[in-house]
Amino acid sequence: MTADIQAAVADAFRAEWGKVVATLIGMTGDWDLAEECAQEAFAQALKAWPRDGIPRRPGAWLTTVARNRALDRLRRGASEAAKLQQAAILTPHENTAGSDVDGEDIPDERLRLIFTCCHPALSLEARVALTLRTLAGLTTAEIARAFLTAEQTMAKRLVRAKQKIRNAGIPYRVPPAHLLPERTAGVLAVLYLLFNEGYTATTGTQLLRLDLCAEAIRLARALAGLMPDEPEAAALLALMLFHHSRRASRVNEAGNLVTLEEQDRSLWDRAEIAEGVSVLESAARRGLRGPYLVQAAIAQCHATAAAAADTDWALIADLYGSLAALVPSPVIDLNRAVAVGMADGPTAGLELVDRLAASGKLAGYYLLPATRADLLRRLGRHAQSAASYREALDLAVNDAERRYLERRLADAAQQR
Amino acid sequence: MKYMMLICADESVVPSAAEQAEVPAATEAWVNEMDANGVHLMGNQLQPVQDATTVRVRDGEVLVADGPFAETKEQIAGFDVIDCSDLDQAIEVAARHPVARYGSIEVRPFWQP
Repeated sequence: MTADIQAAVADAFRAEWGKVVATLIGMTGDWDLAEECAQEAFAQALKAWPRDGIPRRPGAWLTTVARNRALDRLRRGASEAAKLQQAAILTPHENTAGSDVDGEDIPDERLRLIFTCCHPALSLEARVALTLRTLAGLTTAEIARAFLTAEQTMAKRLVRAKQKIRNAGIPYRVPPAHLLPERTAGVLAVLYLLFNEGYTATTGTQLLRLDLCAEAIRLARALAGLMPDEPEAAALLALMLFHHSRRASRVNEAGNLVTLEEQDRSLWDRAEIAEGVSVLESAARRGLRGPYLVQAAIAQCHATAAAAADTDWALIADLYGSLAALVPSPVIDLNRAVAVGMADGPTAGLELVDRLAASGKLAGYYLLPATRADLLRRLGRHAQSAASYREALDLAVNDAERRYLERRLADAAQQR
Repeated sequence: MKYMMLICADESVVPSAAEQAEVPAATEAWVNEMDANGVHLMGNQLQPVQDATTVRVRDGEVLVADGPFAETKEQIAGFDVIDCSDLDQAIEVAARHPVARYGSIEVRPFWQP
C-alpha cells in the first residue's frame, strides 16, 4: 500500500471517526454496535482504497459501509428488537438507495454524541473516557495509558458508562434550550479537564502528555464549529491554543519546569498563537463575557507579549478581577495577587497574598507559599522567602514542580 | 421509562419549624402537579426507621430484627414511581420535589429484561 493511502485513511480516521460513530448510534441506538461497525468500515477502507482510489467524500463512504455492516449484523440477529432497529436504519435512507455513495449528504451528529458522553449523570471519569473513545477514536489501551490506569479498569469503566446510558435512559440528543447553558458548561469542563490532564500530569514524572492536549484541541475545534453561536466554545479553543503554543518552552532538556518569565519565546508556536487570537477575536464579537473568554484574554496577554517585560500586567490584574466576579475562587484571587504584584510592585501583591493566607481558603495549596516566597524574594527578604519555598516544597506533588522549587530554595539560601 | 424515586432524608437532621410546616403542602402540590401531567404513577411517605423490621431467611430460619437493613444517616422517607420519557425529564421531576432542597433523591430506573 502506498504511503499516500495510509495517510489518507489516518486523516479520515481523525476527521471522521466521531461522525461515523455518532451517525451509527443515532441509527441503531446501540453504542457497541456503532463502534464495532465504524471500526470495520475503517478496516475496509484500508483494503478498498488502494484498489479503488480514495473516495471523493471519505466520510460518506465510511458511514455507508458502517451502516451496511450494522444492517448485516442486525439481519443475522433477526430478533424482534433487531428487526425494529433494522427498519429504523433503513427508513430515512430508502429514497437514496442506489444513489452514488459519494454524493450522499450525511449530517454531522457529533453534537448529540458529545452532549450524551458528557451527561452529568455519568461520573467525570466516565465522561472523559467515553468522549475519548467514541468521539476521538482513541483505543481503550491508549486512554488507559493516558490516565495511568490498567487497561482492564478502563475497559470496565467504558462498559459501565454505556450500560448506564442505556439502562437509566440518558437521552441521545442535544439538550433542549432550558438545559443547554448548564450542559454546555459541563461539556466545556470535560474538554478543559482533558487538556489540563495532558498539560500537567497531576502526579508522576512526565510533565507533558501532548497527545491528550492535541485530542482536546481537536475536540474543542470541532465543538466550536458545531456550536457557532456559543462564544464560550470558541473561547475554550483559543485558551487551549495559547497554552499549547508554549509547549516547546515549558520544560527544559533536564525535564525542569521553566517559568513563563524565563521561557524562550522564540520557541512559541506562532501559528497557534495567531489562530488563538483570531478565534478569540470572533468569539468576543459575539458578546457576553463568559469565564473561558476572560481566561483566554489573559492567556492572550502572555502569548502576545514580545518579552516578559512587555506583559500588560495591569490588564491581566483587571481580567482576573472580572474572572473572580464570574466564578469566585481563591485560586483566581491568588493569580490576581501575582498580577498586582507585577503591575503595582511586590508589596501590593504580598498584601493580597497575606490576606488570602489569613482566610485559610488555600490551606495545603503549594502555589500559595510559592507565590509568597517569590514576592518576598523580590523584596529582598531572603530568609522569609526560603522559609516559604520550604513550605511550598512540602506541598508540591509533581516532580518537575518540586525540582523548580528546590532550585529557587537553593538560590534564596545563597542570598542570605 | 419508569423510575423509582427514593426520597432520602437525614433523620438526625431535624428540619426547622418553617421547613416542617412547609413540606407537607409543598409535597402535596408536587404530587398534584405530577399526577396532572401523567408523570406520577404512585408513591407514599414511610414511617421512620425506628418502626422498620428487617426480615432475613438463613438456613430455612426466619430471622427478624428491629430496625433498618443498613445503619446509615440517610434514610428512605418515602418513594414515588414516575413515568418519564428519559433521565433528563426524571431529573427535572426529582429536582422539583421539596425534599430535594434539604435531603436527596435517588432516581433508579426500573429493571428492564
